Amino acid sequence: MAKKVEFMMGNYAIAEGALYAGCKFFGGYPITPSTEVAERMAERLPQVGGRFIQMEDEIAAMASVIGASIAGAKALTATSGPGFSLKQENIGYAMLCEIPCVIVDVMRGGPSTGMPTGPSQSDIMQAKWGTHGDHPVIAVTPASVQEQFDETVRAFNLAEKYRCPVFVLTDSIIGQMMEQLVIPEPGELEVVDRLMPDCKPEEYLPYDMDKDVNPMPPFGSGYRYHITGLHHAADGFPTNDPELHTKNTVRLIEKLNKNYDDIVKVEEFMTDDAEVLVFAIGVTARSAKHAVVEARNQGIKAGLVRPLTIWPFPEKHLDKLLSKNNVKGIVVPEMNLGQMTFEVQRVAKGRCGVEGLYSLMLDPILPGEILEKIRRFV
Amino acid sequence: MAYDYAKYLRKGKLPHIWCAGCTYGIVLKSLIRAIGSLQWDKNDVAIVSGIGCASRLPGYVDFNTLHTTHGRSIAFATGIKLANPNLKVLAMGGDGDMTAIGGNHFIHACRRNIDMTVFVFNNNIYGMTGAQYSPTTPKGAWATTAPYGMTENNFTITDLAIGAGATFVARTTAYHVAHCEKTMKEAFQHKGLSVVEIINACPTGFGRKNKFKTPTSMLLWMKDSAVNIEKAKKMSEEELAGKFTIGVLHKEEKPEYIETYDATVGLKK
Ligand SMILES: Cc1ncc(C[n+]2csc(CCOP(=O)(O)OP(=O)(O)O)c2C)c(N)n1
Ligand code: SF4
Repeated sequence: MAKKVEFMMGNYAIAEGALYAGCKFFGGYPITPSTEVAERMAERLPQVGGRFIQMEDEIAAMASVIGASIAGAKALTATSGPGFSLKQENIGYAMLCEIPCVIVDVMRGGPSTGMPTGPSQSDIMQAKWGTHGDHPVIAVTPASVQEQFDETVRAFNLAEKYRCPVFVLTDSIIGQMMEQLVIPEPGELEVVDRLMPDCKPEEYLPYDMDKDVNPMPPFGSGYRYHITGLHHAADGFPTNDPELHTKNTVRLIEKLNKNYDDIVKVEEFMTDDAEVLVFAIGVTARSAKHAVVEARNQGIKAGLVRPLTIWPFPEKHLDKLLSKNNVKGIVVPEMNLGQMTFEVQRVAKGRCGVEGLYSLMLDPILPGEILEKIRRFV
Repeated sequence: MAYDYAKYLRKGKLPHIWCAGCTYGIVLKSLIRAIGSLQWDKNDVAIVSGIGCASRLPGYVDFNTLHTTHGRSIAFATGIKLANPNLKVLAMGGDGDMTAIGGNHFIHACRRNIDMTVFVFNNNIYGMTGAQYSPTTPKGAWATTAPYGMTENNFTITDLAIGAGATFVARTTAYHVAHCEKTMKEAFQHKGLSVVEIINACPTGFGRKNKFKTPTSMLLWMKDSAVNIEKAKKMSEEELAGKFTIGVLHKEEKPEYIETYDATVGLKK
């Protein structure tokens, strides 16, 4: 059978990816430039037996998504900067309570209402630290319409596998543009479902601290238990024990750290002998690739490191390149004033130069600008 | 035979955290009896709360229970109900939780008419955080954040619910235990969104500093001030001054949200 190929908008591709992954619920609140995800879900969910609701605000939207997940549905919400800020309270809840769900943030310029239609990559740190407390984060960063689809499927899989919220951090250029999308056949991409308990209901522990991931039966399945956003013990009930709270917080973070290789995906392009690396995500990575090719044409040994997972930060990948290659410098182009650069500097530990290339100009950073930065290292 | 409350309690989680004289324990009893009388399977019931003293209730009962963020219980409950309409969903919390921080979710839930029940435990104060004023603290009453007396106007929670479109709205009190149980049961049986305001006493936060010397005096105040809605209809305004009505204040039949949604979008059941 011929492959199903469509010419599709990036935001729609996210919706289609979610449906492929088995999403059955969307709770949202409109905000540019993410709204098309909601619109597509409103149309498509009923066709696959799911439900859509437009809630009264983003706080409610996030809450409804968590509720739906607790009742057993794979659940999605999509938003942009200001809405992402509003969701943070309940995102923290999902992190502590280990509720799988996917949150799409189509980044726009901030702070505040900022630049509603202006592309940006300025929520990198909001994704990491937006909610309070110490917690782990998974954020995937697609760079094409095809990846909007594929990475959304992966985001759902990671959410279900590790019982946690997962972000799809994209930007308005990738979200709003149209490209070819090859829709995979059912079964072609892996689809992960959450772990169900096989013990008796009386024996079930929702938060066994000695396990990385505990099974999660839906409300109504006969496993009755308690979920609270307070720090809790293995049985899910609140505890004020500082040792238990420490153990659980560390466990949550370690659960992702231990699985770095499974979670962190990085595309490396011409890095084998690279002396200058470009580290970029999303739309900026597309320009960066051109710049690297052009640099190579000019005899400069440049290479691209393109994380498809920005959180956990791809430090092992970067570290390996820095210890193996004779890297003189890393160029970090990003559509903000240097959020990712800080992290790259942290990992580089002074082993090479790190140069940020920042823009708030609402246009993609051009290959020529990146090339110019690359040249400075040779 | 003595009533078997134990069947519904998580005995390992007792004693509860509520102060001596707090009426939340009394309401908990009514809740158990109301659910018990309907013979619902415990697995089919989901109780969702926000944050506050009232919101600690779900921890003590053996259902599917969810203690969420402050004010957000109805929004969590909405997701649960939409994902599994077979569940019997109850969202509950204090007056602050439901009508201050949660006010937006409250009115929109009333408007949508999803088949679930909302209990507002109204003790006229923020109990958990130590007696700050709430949207229902009476004018002139003392609160830690109204040390000169409450200056803001109040919400009448039931009027708010009716105005926002709730299809079943009732008021009861922790003093009138049999009435409380009966009202809860009626609310559970109503198809659509039901709201029950339950007048409660917070002797620690509200009573002490507002001329209710003992917890009993607060219960007596409920006894003396509550007038059944049927009786109230025959009373004059002067007779009703300083009193409040209890009973089913509003009831109407309207299409339920999920049924309407499913039919509209062509979802097969
Ligand atoms: C976002 C947020 N803001 C504030 C608080 C602090 N807080 C906890 S309970 C509460 C008010 C509780 O009052 P009410 O809802 O009336 O319930 P009661 O304790 O009287 O039963 C507040 C303000 C919080 N937990 N979360
Ligand atoms: S502070 Fe008030 S509401 Fe809270 S438990 Fe004590 S008496 Fe009850």
